Amino acid sequence: MQVPATFGYELAPDLAGALALLARHGPDARPIAGGHSLLPMMKLRLAEPTVLVDINGLTELGGITVDGDAIRFGAMVRHAEVLDSAVVAEHLPILRDAERVIADPLVRNRGTVGGSLCQADPSEDLSAAFSALGATVVITSRDGERTVPVREFHRGPYETAVAHDELVTAVRVPIRPATGSAYEKVERRTGDWAVAAAGAVVSLDGHTVVRAGIGLAAVGAEHFVAAEAEEALRGAPATAESFAEAGRIAAEHCRPTADQRGPVDYKRHLVGVLVARTCHRAAARARGEV
Amino acid sequence: MEITVTVNGREVTRDVEPRLLLTHFLRDHLRLTGTHWGCDTTTCGACTVRLDGVPVKSCTVLAVMADGARVDTVEGLAAGMAETDLDPVQQGFVACHGLQCGFCTPGMLMTTRALLDRDPDPSPATIREAISGQICRCTGYENIVRAVRWAAEAEQQAATTTEVAR
Repeated sequence: MQVPATFGYELAPDLAGALALLARHGPDARPIAGGHSLLPMMKLRLAEPTVLVDINGLTELGGITVDGDAIRFGAMVRHAEVLDSAVVAEHLPILRDAERVIADPLVRNRGTVGGSLCQADPSEDLSAAFSALGATVVITSRDGERTVPVREFHRGPYETAVAHDELVTAVRVPIRPATGSAYEKVERRTGDWAVAAAGAVVSLDGHTVVRAGIGLAAVGAEHFVAAEAEEALRGAPATAESFAEAGRIAAEHCRPTADQRGPVDYKRHLVGVLVARTCHRAAARARGEV
Repeated sequence: MEITVTVNGREVTRDVEPRLLLTHFLRDHLRLTGTHWGCDTTTCGACTVRLDGVPVKSCTVLAVMADGARVDTVEGLAAGMAETDLDPVQQGFVACHGLQCGFCTPGMLMTTRALLDRDPDPSPATIREAISGQICRCTGYENIVRAVRWAAEAEQQAATTTEVAR
């Protein structure tokens, strides 16, 4: 039987209240949202917060809304809401693709967008997808709001730019014209963490790629990004050859490690295939073909 | 701390430790052992209950997080003690042999009841997706999918009959 160490529990009444509680209880307090990463870690005693500040009552952190030329995800938006969202289906198919393969429907009923990013697990799919999208993370403290590009948000495995008395309150994703996106993951079984996963966001001008965002999960890519492959695609023709080359470059530059999910060469192979495939599908979606 | 939870329609108040998991609250404090405690790692789904209507794995929810909420467990599915009082999903599992050892069944019932509440006519693929976070080691899932289809059809038939009767 797995039992977390003892801790205090505080139900935050609202955002200001949550920030005050986090400040009062100090660096060993942790906010809890869906709890589907934190509670398993607490059961294994890998995390031993002294106080949990429950932010599930913070309705101001909900909702997926179009805000000018961006889409705003409240930090407490559950994975299931992302998957069901018409706005996401229309503008950000990469997130729909990713959500379909994140854990399972029951976990998706609890887990949140903000919690996924803050967990900063190197295999986490939304981090890769948001990196590909060039999203911005909104972080709130008692002094106000600041924004951090998602590509600067992760400081390393399980480390983020969020201080102990701050909360991620939203994620903003730009809406770009003539753009398509896609995500694909190889997993050992349904609901597992990725062996390797890739997401692509491709903007076209005619048959030319004007901007490409490529995110990778589980293969040691810094900030979940395949920067060299993105660079290679800029200005390239949107052809199978270009996308295969992007995959080759991404496979070369990522830094997977061998583990129970597979050896290094296999993971590199997957990166090559998945990057090419997702770029191809993203371009097709940009052209309105799928 | 003191929490008040509406379990299967009945309001209960208990004093619990913050670290108590909802599964153990239901099983050990309320003696509602229909909710099974399986893997303890959010994997198997045997502990699935509905929290404010939404199916969740109760081994990964703190009991204190359910304070003020509605929790529905397998014990609340049937309307009474007679076989005809069983929920159509339960009847489907009986009719289609949707279980062998039965360990996963309470969780399967709660998830698929929630599925039918949302989508009264799910395809076999939709049913498989809905239960993809739950592990059954006996049936190979075939009979579970049949059982849910059986329930969907029974409910649709009942709805049509009611309409005709009007």
